[in-house]
Amino acid sequence: MDMSEKIIEIENLSKLYRLGDIGTGSLKNDVQRWWAKLRGKEDPFMKVGAENDRSKKGQSDYVWSLKDISFSINKGDALGIIGKNGAGKSTLLKLLSRVTAPTQGQIKIKGRVASLLEVGTGFHPDLTGLENIFLNGAIMGMTKSEIKAKLEEIVEFSGIAAYIDTPIKRYSTGMRVRLGFAVAAHLDSEILIVDEVLAVGDSVFQKKCIDKMTKVRSEGRTILFVSHQLSAVKSLCKTGVVLENGKLRFQGDIDGALAYYATTNNSIKGQELKLGDLDRHQSVGQIKFERIVFENYPVNFGETIKFKLILQTQDHETLFSDIDMAVNINDRNKSCIVHCANKFLGKNFSHTDDQMEYHFEIENNLKPGYYYMTLFLRSKDVIQDWIEDQIILEIQGSNPYGYHSNGLIQGNVLPGFNISQVNSKVLL
Amino acid sequence: MTKANTKNADWTMVISPKSNMLSLQLEDIWRYKDLLYLFVRRDFVSIYKQTILGPAWFFIQPILTTITYTIIFGNVAGLSTDGLPKMIFYLSGVVCWSYFSDCITTISSTFIANAQVFGKVYFPRLIAPLSVVISKLIKLGIQFLLFIVTLLYYVIFESTEVSPNIYLLLSPVLVLLMGGLGLGLGLLISSLTTKYRDMRFLIAFGVQLLMYGTPVIYPLSKVPEEYRLLVTLNPITPVVEAFRYGFLGTGTFSVYHLVYSFVFTVIALLLGIVVFNRVEKTFMDSV
Repeated sequence: MDMSEKIIEIENLSKLYRLGDIGTGSLKNDVQRWWAKLRGKEDPFMKVGAENDRSKKGQSDYVWSLKDISFSINKGDALGIIGKNGAGKSTLLKLLSRVTAPTQGQIKIKGRVASLLEVGTGFHPDLTGLENIFLNGAIMGMTKSEIKAKLEEIVEFSGIAAYIDTPIKRYSTGMRVRLGFAVAAHLDSEILIVDEVLAVGDSVFQKKCIDKMTKVRSEGRTILFVSHQLSAVKSLCKTGVVLENGKLRFQGDIDGALAYYATTNNSIKGQELKLGDLDRHQSVGQIKFERIVFENYPVNFGETIKFKLILQTQDHETLFSDIDMAVNINDRNKSCIVHCANKFLGKNFSHTDDQMEYHFEIENNLKPGYYYMTLFLRSKDVIQDWIEDQIILEIQGSNPYGYHSNGLIQGNVLPGFNISQVNSKVLL
Repeated sequence: MTKANTKNADWTMVISPKSNMLSLQLEDIWRYKDLLYLFVRRDFVSIYKQTILGPAWFFIQPILTTITYTIIFGNVAGLSTDGLPKMIFYLSGVVCWSYFSDCITTISSTFIANAQVFGKVYFPRLIAPLSVVISKLIKLGIQFLLFIVTLLYYVIFESTEVSPNIYLLLSPVLVLLMGGLGLGLGLLISSLTTKYRDMRFLIAFGVQLLMYGTPVIYPLSKVPEEYRLLVTLNPITPVVEAFRYGFLGTGTFSVYHLVYSFVFTVIALLLGIVVFNRVEKTFMDSV
């Protein structure tokens, strides 16, 4: 009974945004709006708000970033908010964090909310790490004594104790993120709202973050989590909502939400695919994946998967050395089956010219079916591009065992194997 | 059913499109008082980091301004200083005026300067302008000391005759008036700036113009009769005049003028807070 106590209740929540150049003509609209209000009429600009679909250019200057969203969250829940770019995820988090107010509807909350729309908010470059811990903590709503009590833990969690008295303008991006997350992770609030912060930082630190959030969850606190990293959402959340064009499309357990999302998510397949328009996981994008070209598609069972990746340099000023390029093949549940990267082979690339292509050959005994590929590109410490689970890899054929149904064979790989019955009596 | 209803009734927060316009959120601000302190500290500390002269700038600025005024307005233009040494006269004006003008200019860019932070996390927005009023107060304190030291120098070594009187005890009230006025007008302008960026350009020379409408570089007593009313209508005028009267014994002091300033300040503050409260909830959408 206690577990099903509502901690957040969202009622008919809507948010109208104005597109384009705000300022020109806004005085005129203000006057019209004021005139309508004076006569007791509805705001004339609210009516024209179009549904939020970024691929089409609407007729209206106004767009409903969220429209009539209603759902509630129970105490101790870990809710994943899933949706494509522009689905309204960020807007929902902004409303929950009180950064901006809704246009219609309301949100009722029980308890303190700590929202992590960004880590290290309000860091001042001239102040030291220590001074910034206090500043950032206070911005997040902690009192000085609360921060003091947790200072040691925070410094230790950040792993940058040696530089704590250095102004943070001398810090690397990674160090700032660690420091910021360390402060945020020690907030004492009933509700924690987290947006995409895991995208930065190395994998060790990402794991640390996930562990910390799992711990927060186990303490019975409520988490709202938005991330493009579906595997992280899956491992952390119990329930999920799917947003699409500002509307609530699905609410239920996280597996259901991920399955719903997977069916509506626009993945692409084919022998030669242009990658420019796909959604990106948080990355810098000075060089991007431009195309993927398979030698054969669909790939036959047992046949080496051969494809080449072609990059496009957006920023010609920078030298992209120390390339870390990785391709993952994931199953339907977004769990990784194969992970290939040049650094595993000890190969070091510098991308000096877009004529340079990257040829992959991956041995294959994947079970026939559909898989999702993730492409990842890093130069030095900077994540340049990251396309997650949107390219479908199709393996065709039947199983090598000659069994009548592929579907009855579990698992994702079909290695050759042998089972024989041996009569031990005969051997003796 | 009923149990669930009573359980769900005690929400600690309701986020809705509209808020109470006059709500000061004093409770919230009190809860965030540490943030207020840390903002003040940040403003103060970060100002002179990586400067060679550091906090000395707090002195250099008014001294250079005073010298400039002494040369331009005192010596070249030959404006009256009510019989006071020019340094003392201008310094007293500059110290008063710069507190007000610092407050109003900085606060009027509250939303734009803090857009990054405001867009990511909630805290009572009034904390930001309040921290400005307080951190500029420290600067005012330092400059006030400079004024006293200069005054003593003139009295002791130059035998300048000044007649400080009981009205100098009004100083805290004067500081409050300047801070309150700077805050109120600043809030008003910053709120308008979020929608109409034109205000930003207006404020820069608006404050400059207002200075010439304030007896900073001239005494009120020397203002021609036809402009006297106009200058007196400026709510800062009585403050500067009262400050000079209290410490130096020259100038025009009138309780009525001061009461006028007070009423003006209260109205500006109320109006500023109402508009600020209206804007703070959705300003992120238009920045």
